[in-house]
Parts: sequence; C-alpha cells; structure tokens
Amino acid sequence: MYPAKFDYLAPETLEEALSILHERGDEVKILAGGQSLIPMMKLRFASPPTLMDINRLPGLSRINRTNGTLEFDALVRHNDVVKSDAAKANHTVSRAAPWVADPIVRNLGTVAGSLAHHDPEGDWASVMLATGAELVLTSSDSQRTVKIDDFLVDMFTTNCLPNEMVTKVRVPAHSSRGGGDYQKLERKVGDYATVGVATSLELDEGGRVAKAGIALTSVFHHNLKVPEAEAALEGERPSDELFAEAANIASQVCDPASDVRGSAEYKRHVVDVFTRRGLAKSYETAKGGLT
Amino acid sequence: MNITLTVNGGEHTADVEPRRLLVDFLRSTVGLKGTHIGCDTTSCGVCTVLVDGTPVKSCTMFAVQANGRSITTVEGLKQNGDLSAIQKAFKEEHGLQCGFCTPAMMLVGTALIEENPDPSEDQIRWAISGNLCRCTGYINIVKAIMAAAETTREGASS
Repeated sequence: MYPAKFDYLAPETLEEALSILHERGDEVKILAGGQSLIPMMKLRFASPPTLMDINRLPGLSRINRTNGTLEFDALVRHNDVVKSDAAKANHTVSRAAPWVADPIVRNLGTVAGSLAHHDPEGDWASVMLATGAELVLTSSDSQRTVKIDDFLVDMFTTNCLPNEMVTKVRVPAHSSRGGGDYQKLERKVGDYATVGVATSLELDEGGRVAKAGIALTSVFHHNLKVPEAEAALEGERPSDELFAEAANIASQVCDPASDVRGSAEYKRHVVDVFTRRGLAKSYETAKGGLT
Repeated sequence: MNITLTVNGGEHTADVEPRRLLVDFLRSTVGLKGTHIGCDTTSCGVCTVLVDGTPVKSCTMFAVQANGRSITTVEGLKQNGDLSAIQKAFKEEHGLQCGFCTPAMMLVGTALIEENPDPSEDQIRWAISGNLCRCTGYINIVKAIMAAAETTREGASS
C-alpha cells in the first residue's frame, strides 16, 4: 500500500522546523515516530501535502526530572520511557509504557507524537489525563503551556495550532505517598486496548486520598477522564469498598461500543474490574510512603 | 530525492520518491528479498530490519528517513561466509517451519542478545511479541534465541 505523493522536508534545527510551520503549517504534517501516521497515510486516511521529518533535530530526546516534574522532549520514544529510571518518578507513566503498542513499534513511536496524533484508542492520553500532565507548544514566535484536558479536543483533534509543535510533555512526579497504574486488556500484543484504565493516587500524611486521577481508554469516543470517580475518592480513607464505589462510577460513566473486541456490557464490566485493580495497585505503592 | 543507505555494510545510493517505503527499497532497489512483506499494516513484524542496530518495521518507515543510516537485513547476518550464532541456532533447534517470519525473528533475536547477552525465556517472549509466527512455532523460536545467546556468551568468553 502506498500513500499519496507528498513533499518531504527534513530540517536539521528546531528553528528551521518552526519557520517551516510558520510559513506553511496548514499543509505540513509532522513526522516523528510515524507509527500511527504512516499506516494512516498508507490507508489514505491521511494525505498531507508535506511531511516534515523532525527525527534529525538534535537534543529533543531527553527525559528530565526536575523539581517534582517529569519532562519528555518531543522525540522521546516509548521504549526510552520503558528503559528510563527517571520515568519511574511517575508510576502511571512507567507502568503504562511497556503496554504501548509492541516492542518494535515502541522503538520508533514517540510519547509527544502519540498525544498530538490523538487516536482516541491511544494509551498515553489516558495516562496524561489521570496524572494531570501538560504540554509545551512552541511556534517560531511564542511558546505556551496547555493542560492535557484542554489539549485534547476530540478524536484526532487537538488544540495544537498549525504553526505549533509539541516540544515537551510534562508530568507531575509522584510523591513518596503517591502511586499509579495502567491496566490494559488487549487481544494480542500491539492491538488497540479493548479496555485501558489509568489510575493515580496521592495520599495525605494521615493516609487519606489527597488527589486521585482516573482515565479510561477505548470505552468512549475519546480518552475519558472520570472526575466523578476522582471526587468520590478524594478526602476519603482508602478501602476496597471505596475503590469499588469509584470503579462503579467509572463503569457507569463510560459508553463503550460493541465491536470485534467485545460487547459493550463486557467492556463496562472490565472497566469496573480494572478500575478497582488499578486503584488497589496504586494504593499499594502509595502507602509504602506512609510513616 | 537522492539518498544513500548503508545496507549490510555496503553503500547504496538511489533517487527515490519520498513515499517509497524502506521495505520496497530493500527488496526492489537493493534487491534483497530476505525482508518479507506480510500484513503491510505494522502488525505482523515480518518486515523487521535493524536500523543502526534497532529493530524497526520497514513497512512503516520511508526510505528517505533512513538516509545516511545503517541497515542490517537477514542477508547481513552471516559472518565471514559462515552462518551467525542465531542462524545456526534456528537451524539446530528447528526454529522455523514455513520460514516466512524467520528473518525478522532472527534479527530481533540478534538485537536482543546484543542488548542482553543472557535473556530469560520471559524476556525473549517479550522481545518477539511484536512478531507473528503463523505456524505457531514460538516454542522452538524461543529455544533457538536462548541457544544463540548461550553460544554467543561462550564465544565471547573463550
């Protein structure tokens, strides 16, 4: 299968890349890992007139941990996250990374690219929604920071303007009383999630839930954050009953479609089970930091 | 666009359309047919080659992206005219039936052993989980990679 013809640009500096976007951003699609974009182009779901390959831009592959924040540059690959010690600063991120796509796709696919592509069945968007991440969008004349909730507009649609590029993804690090998890059911390695559940917990000194994050993959027409379930947890003392209550809310709020991966009823049940499991695992890690 | 790739140690320069896929560049332009095309949708992994030593699905990379890089295909595995440790192990352990997934499996195994000289069975299964074998011959594939790792370790220590 072959994509439609396109012009290929491979800038060698970020300035050059941003100036290309400034001049002709409307017709340019950014090629990072290409593991979602190239298949879509081959199927002719996407036919960008110009492809700008950013893989030759220097210094965009770092994972930095600074002041309680985990920061991913634009070209950090999924496998870089799997192998990174720094990335363990956020448990939801480090536990999700090995479940993204398959080991070979993970060698090329990028975290930032996955978010910018915003396939509604992608794993990273749920992780970022649950952990309260933000993205740095850079253009040739400005830079802005956008919360993930505002960045993701709808399936394959984000708040990124044609002259902008996602240059960084910032995730809050978990404290010593924090924990997180990603539960994913897939038919085979590399398939989209049948159901995915990202969870994140921060406990206060007394052991109550100070902050909770829950987001679901593949059970709505986009990645779904569940504030109702998060609110049910916050301020409360963790228990199996409390987690079951939050899980029940998540399973009611989602709206899965019946398809080859399972019936809506089945997926709703899996959301319930996975949310309970994810919260229990997150808590297991978080309570280790209680004195 | 004019590009130059190093394939199995030899330089290949060609004028290609940007939309030319790496797998077709290797099979048609360079003429090496050991890299197979299976699903053509980034799922099956039979088109896997090593780009600067890293396994990549060559149906999901444009040849222009590989400009200036070094590619290893199954034809590049043999050393000094002799089969490599992993090729010998696939033969000895009967790690193939129809052979369609084999080039990719051997390349993924080679990259794994390079990174982790003593992989566990779980680690091998994890590493090949992006590669499908429709003959369901995984048990012998895992055994072959395990055996290749062992002979590679022995070779390195002797």
